[in-house]
Amino acid sequence: MPKDHGIGASTKRREDVRFLTGRGVYTDDMALHGQTAAVFVRSNVAHGRIKSINTAKAAAMPGVLAIFTGEDFKDVGGNPAGWLINSRDGTPMREPKRPVLAHGKVRHVGDAYAAVIAETVAQAKDAAEQLAEDSVIEELPAIVDMKQAVADPSNRVHDEIPDNLCFDWGWIEDNRAAVDAAMKAAPHVVTLNLVNNRLVPNAMEPRASIGEYNPGTGDYKLTTTSQNPHLTRLLVSAFVLGIPENKLTVVAPDVGGGFGSKIYHYGEEALVLAAAKKLGRPVRWTAERSESFLTDAHGRDHVTKIELGCTKDGEILAIRTETLANVGAYLSNFSTATPTFLHGTLMSGPYKVPHVYVNVKTVFTNTAPVDAYRGAGRPEATYSLERVIDKMCRELGLDPFEVRRKNLLTPDQFPYQSPVGLLYDTGNYQATLDKAVQMADVVGFEKRAAESKARGKLRGMGLSTWIEACGIAPSNLVGILGSRVGLYDAATVRVNATGNISVMVGAHSHGQGHETVFAQIVAEKLGIPDSSVEIVHGDTSKIPFGMGSYGSRSLAVCGTAMTKAVDKIIAKGKKIAAHMLEAAEGDISFEDGKFQVAGTDKAKTFGEIAFSAYVPHNYPLETLEPGLEETAFYDPANFTYPAGAYICEVEVDEGTGKVDVVAFHCADDFGNVMNPMIVEGQVHGGVGQGIGQALCEFTAYDETGQLLTGSYMDYPMPRAEDVPFYNVDYSCQTPCTHNPLGVKGCGEAGAIGSPPAVINAVIDALQRGGHTHVTHIDMPVSPSRVWSAING
Amino acid sequence: MHNFDFAKPTTIADAAKALAADGAQALSGGQTLIPTMKQRLAAPGVLVSLTGIAEMQGVCIGDGGLHIGAATPHAVVAKEAKAHYPALADLAGGIGDPAVRSRGTIGGSVANNDPAACYPSAVLASGATVVTNKRKIAADDYFQGLFTTALEEGEFITEVVFPIPQRAAYVKFNQPASRFALTGVFVAKFADGVRVAVTGAGNDGVFRWTEAEAALSANFSAAVISGLTVDPSGMNTDLHGSAAYRANLVKVLTGRAVTAAG
Repeated sequence: MPKDHGIGASTKRREDVRFLTGRGVYTDDMALHGQTAAVFVRSNVAHGRIKSINTAKAAAMPGVLAIFTGEDFKDVGGNPAGWLINSRDGTPMREPKRPVLAHGKVRHVGDAYAAVIAETVAQAKDAAEQLAEDSVIEELPAIVDMKQAVADPSNRVHDEIPDNLCFDWGWIEDNRAAVDAAMKAAPHVVTLNLVNNRLVPNAMEPRASIGEYNPGTGDYKLTTTSQNPHLTRLLVSAFVLGIPENKLTVVAPDVGGGFGSKIYHYGEEALVLAAAKKLGRPVRWTAERSESFLTDAHGRDHVTKIELGCTKDGEILAIRTETLANVGAYLSNFSTATPTFLHGTLMSGPYKVPHVYVNVKTVFTNTAPVDAYRGAGRPEATYSLERVIDKMCRELGLDPFEVRRKNLLTPDQFPYQSPVGLLYDTGNYQATLDKAVQMADVVGFEKRAAESKARGKLRGMGLSTWIEACGIAPSNLVGILGSRVGLYDAATVRVNATGNISVMVGAHSHGQGHETVFAQIVAEKLGIPDSSVEIVHGDTSKIPFGMGSYGSRSLAVCGTAMTKAVDKIIAKGKKIAAHMLEAAEGDISFEDGKFQVAGTDKAKTFGEIAFSAYVPHNYPLETLEPGLEETAFYDPANFTYPAGAYICEVEVDEGTGKVDVVAFHCADDFGNVMNPMIVEGQVHGGVGQGIGQALCEFTAYDETGQLLTGSYMDYPMPRAEDVPFYNVDYSCQTPCTHNPLGVKGCGEAGAIGSPPAVINAVIDALQRGGHTHVTHIDMPVSPSRVWSAING
Repeated sequence: MHNFDFAKPTTIADAAKALAADGAQALSGGQTLIPTMKQRLAAPGVLVSLTGIAEMQGVCIGDGGLHIGAATPHAVVAKEAKAHYPALADLAGGIGDPAVRSRGTIGGSVANNDPAACYPSAVLASGATVVTNKRKIAADDYFQGLFTTALEEGEFITEVVFPIPQRAAYVKFNQPASRFALTGVFVAKFADGVRVAVTGAGNDGVFRWTEAEAALSANFSAAVISGLTVDPSGMNTDLHGSAAYRANLVKVLTGRAVTAAG
């Protein structure tokens, strides 16, 4: 019988009651006394010099309360990059200031250079239109294409950065000569040029922020759509506005998805705070969807050449990549980590490859900032690697399954020090591959292909065996890699007097289901019902500290902090029980919610201990404090390394080029699984986004830097009809060796492992259909691209 | 959205009067106009809703074929035209999503003449008559290019009358983002010949593919299409498909429509 509560149960998500009945409370749902509305004036050119902004007319319009321009913030700090990356020659990356409002120049369409605060949104919009008319912006040639940006240094996104390069990074530079030599000596070299398409994150809830200021106390409050409220508080306090941390509360209430785009601090958040101070009234802003398209940090956008050296029978000897990675007009908070340490370090995948070298040049362009998006760097690495391996198999006439088996690390090789800097603690990649082969009925493929052919379709099968580094932490390692922050997490477990529990966690749930899963874990450990545990998150005034949710880190890092705090509660409970039962602390055991004197029937329930902690009559106060509340910070020893094997089957309609994903099989190793239903849901969502990237989604700017895919009329999102019924398995489990729950994280896996499986399947279908000249199609493999490839 | 006045007349005569006002704009299902207003790209002073006029609602058989009131939503056409003109009902049932089909109307679609809209292909392939508050306009005279029609100032569609073909089918290939027709082909076989109308593909909006009509009038079979070619020079190129790709779709989808028509 599957468990019906606690760890391992598919407990239904408690948060869904409010989400599905319209009782969630999102930032824009909050109505505040005396509230005002902010509207941003955004550049309609990609690159321009701000000559003048005449605010007089707009300021005199009905309802207008204040107008801000870049001039108002020129003396405050900028929004910084969180990671310092050094170039191959040892010089530090170039870090242009990212101001609250553009000053001097605008650098992408949508770059805000002014803001209007008015009594109503309509009044603010009217005045913003007037202000745009009264602003003189001299348009400069736009820098859109990365290759051109680097080749033509006469035109600069930032006047002080001569070649539009943020950095030129080599990983690992000391290994370069050996990799070059291995590549030269390899009996066969496969080369693949590919594009990892730029994506717009498209969270269902657009960004929104409300600033409040209390002149009576000097306290500020920012309510905002954040995956990471403590980081936002830190950035606003320490870098941007200088508000002391103890005078600023950041609240991220219900948040409708982020996929990375809401990790970061944005200028709109600083603006509503500054405006609230000036007006002494709440200032609110909610992005319209078109603003989301223009200004949310986009994802991916790599142009890569990957080379793979191998033997004629498919043993991988060396891998070398050169990538141009777009960072857009400004450095978003994680933008320098995503194409480097979340990408280059994964370039040996789950394989034993002796020689690997990664070069990434990061380029400024007049486009929206680019940063981490579900998977962040790891999908880019996985896609390059799994595509080039597939190409190797075709060039050498090898079976893709056998080639994977030949190169995958074997269980006896762990812990494994990769040539690109990571120490994989554990895994069993053959097990997940075997499982996927079984799930997908690989031996029955030819029969299915014949059946497809009878219906006029080409059928293909694609494989991807992947690995990721998750549980983004540990501080000592990320510190060496350039992180300017620590990446631990924290939790406080507060046992209330009546025995129920409030848990304050640093992780932030914006759809993941933490409120359910975290409660299952605490309840299991304390032997109490799930319903006795409440999870509190997203409020810096309530929770001890946190580094937010991204990088599949919530359970592995914050969940562990929570578990450690629970262990402290149990230890304290034993002290209390020892006092109450007049026994030695060492003789007290805790099991099934009862503290018991070993070898006797003398026991106290968890509830009795809790009550006693808050009604401490007769306490030995010298040695026993009243109360039952514990906090733990946890900083892990290593990343976690989820891995898996994905098999995709597609059907291609040669007449129209349309690709249908008809089957998708996932065999994942996430270590121990806390709530199988939620894990499956995470895999469904991740694979859905991966299929979206592979089949549909793309972001196009024209040569003047206008966003052509700026609405759902032109930005293709995957829909239910574009995805199959997923076949998901997580029974192959090699528990993480360095966290007590043995968990690895599952949030990004689907988005990392699926795109190459889809593209490999499409190429397979076309090759089987006789279109042997088609060896690669860049994502998305839209109908017109597939048709053009066939007929090109 | 800017402020506007709103009128909801109950007769065609009152609607015509209301639309004569300065800055007046007809509103039917609002599936194009309202989003445009929300983006502040249109700011009419008066919106005159045409959805409160009883005689502009509904589907019935009458003189000349199937009469569809201009303010009839797609969802109603999908349901009520099914028994009389299944291909037309299928087309209506495939427009947008349920919300769009519940609000959007045939009159609004035909009046707007979006080059990627579905209905214009049915109107043209059926040789339908567009009836306005002033006159009757043959489909061949009605469509005049992108977002351009024979409608004059103050004129609005009251109903569309479709002759019912012996056999017909509409095959649409979705634009991946908007799910409008990247290309859609409506084939209608009448006793006196076949009409083929194409939406989504042409530079000038909906058009008739006369070579296919001639070939199919002689032999109504998908096989005859394979011998024809479509000139890409008249086709549209955008982010989602080149002219050559659209020319291919015209041919492929016409063949499929013929097969579907049976």
